[in-house]
Amino acid sequence: MIVAEQKTIDEVKTLLADARKVLVIGCGTCVTVCFAGGSREAAILACSLRMASQLEGHARDITDVTVQRQCEWEYLDQAADQIKDAEVILSLGCGVGVQAIAERFPNAWVVPGLNTKFMGLPTEQGVWAERCAACGDCVLGLTGGVCPIARCSKSLLNGPCGGSEGGHCEIDPDTPCGWQLIYDRMEKLGKLELLMDVQPPKNWQKARDGGPRKIVREDLKLHHEE
Amino acid sequence: MSLGATGNPNPEANKNGLLAGSNLEKVLRAGHFAVTAELGPPQSADHLVIRNKARHLRDCCDGVNLTDNQTAIVRMSSIAAGAILVQEGLEPIIQMVCRDRNRLAMQSDLMGAYALGIRNVLCLTGDHQSFGNHPTAKNVFDVDSCQLVKMVSGMRDQRVFQCGEAIKGQEPRFFVGAAESPFAAPVEFRPYRLGKKVKAGANFIQTQLVYDVPAFETFMEKVRTLGIHEQTSILVGVGPLKSPAMAKYMKESVPGILVPDELIQRMTKAGASWAGKKADEMSKEEKKARSEAWKAEGIKICIELIHKVRAVPGVAGIHIMAIEWEEAVRPVVEGAGLLPRPNMHEPPRTDTD
Repeated sequence: MIVAEQKTIDEVKTLLADARKVLVIGCGTCVTVCFAGGSREAAILACSLRMASQLEGHARDITDVTVQRQCEWEYLDQAADQIKDAEVILSLGCGVGVQAIAERFPNAWVVPGLNTKFMGLPTEQGVWAERCAACGDCVLGLTGGVCPIARCSKSLLNGPCGGSEGGHCEIDPDTPCGWQLIYDRMEKLGKLELLMDVQPPKNWQKARDGGPRKIVREDLKLHHEE
Repeated sequence: MSLGATGNPNPEANKNGLLAGSNLEKVLRAGHFAVTAELGPPQSADHLVIRNKARHLRDCCDGVNLTDNQTAIVRMSSIAAGAILVQEGLEPIIQMVCRDRNRLAMQSDLMGAYALGIRNVLCLTGDHQSFGNHPTAKNVFDVDSCQLVKMVSGMRDQRVFQCGEAIKGQEPRFFVGAAESPFAAPVEFRPYRLGKKVKAGANFIQTQLVYDVPAFETFMEKVRTLGIHEQTSILVGVGPLKSPAMAKYMKESVPGILVPDELIQRMTKAGASWAGKKADEMSKEEKKARSEAWKAEGIKICIELIHKVRAVPGVAGIHIMAIEWEEAVRPVVEGAGLLPRPNMHEPPRTDTD
């Protein structure tokens, strides 16, 4: 899932500036599951902002709505009237959601209420960790299902650097060394020989470095008959 | 002469049978026990710092490593510092880390370094930027150290850029080095990782600092079983300790460095005359005397370590890392009986071309 966390209330207030009519819009997918921007969080944030505006003597009309997926226009259309009516849209979607609103509603002023962090999973209640860097050319088949791009601080492909110690990365004792995880797993699975080849430099063109990416599936496109 | 993308090695460049013709390569080729040392470029643009430090290293080592923004702190470029050493008549080994440059910049810098007379390069991953003075910087790591080794040796042996395109004209010919940290986790993988670097083309290896000789012997046993020592020259990293605090810091805080308690005790004992005195109770002279006593013991320990690692089969030399203490190199090398250094200079020729 896409994992995000809320911006501080102070930053959100700065983003809202002196807008009087605000719509907080939540998203029912990834950010609901990571408790950052679902209907519950949208309602709580709207409530907090209302209280703050009352305390500060700056009356704002703040409402909230949540759509199933901010990243698809058909879901956003269901909230079209509220979106068009608001002075500022505070999106509690990921960065994709914010941009989907901006693209679909050219006259709407939309600001982000979240910081989109990474693609990852919950490792325990209340803890999420990064797992995929969307490099566009998956190497998990070489490394036993542990990603060296996302989980090594240097994205090394040929083994650990000298900073691996006691199973953790030197940058932070709470960060496991990705290559220790790979090594342990490959050893357990009897596949260490897969780590002995010198892996060539990666094709980063398939990652973000190659520019904004797009997938076109001709088989799925709607072709209108002439 | 036209050369295809897979090119023939340039016959001009290795008519003497040498890969790069550097002094370090000649010393190792002749079977001498090699000595390299480290010089940290300044955090300024002052060339005199390099020249002054070079004075301490002249004639007491076969090559001088120029660190590349070590510990992710911005310093004068290793190539510029290396070019100054060439002017001074010393042999530079430029370090190149993968953190700050992509493959284009690295290859461009390698050609520039060769053109400036540099003949050795040590290929390193590079410390993570979070440790340095620009922790918010973007890191690159376009290639890793293994891939860098392959790129540099490919430029020399296949005369190709990393993309496979032929280098038209003079190719950069470096004696290619890599590093290994024998005691970093996972230790079982370290000899194999070293093997990968050698397979990628590493002609020489400089290790992380070794203080624990039995642990190093265990590592070398595996290296010999794999036959790696026969395909490359392994230089063992050694460094004089400056104080008990430095020894403790390295033991506790630097991944991959093992400092036996016995050595920490020896360092502590060396300053025993001043034991129990707080820093603010000591005069300047007393502090200096204590520091000198520590340093003398540090140099003594370093010399002993050199004798011990030299006896380990498969060791081809030492690499002295006297961090910000270049003055210590000469007494260490001299004390270890490694002076004078072999003179590999060919008799002067009168070229007319």
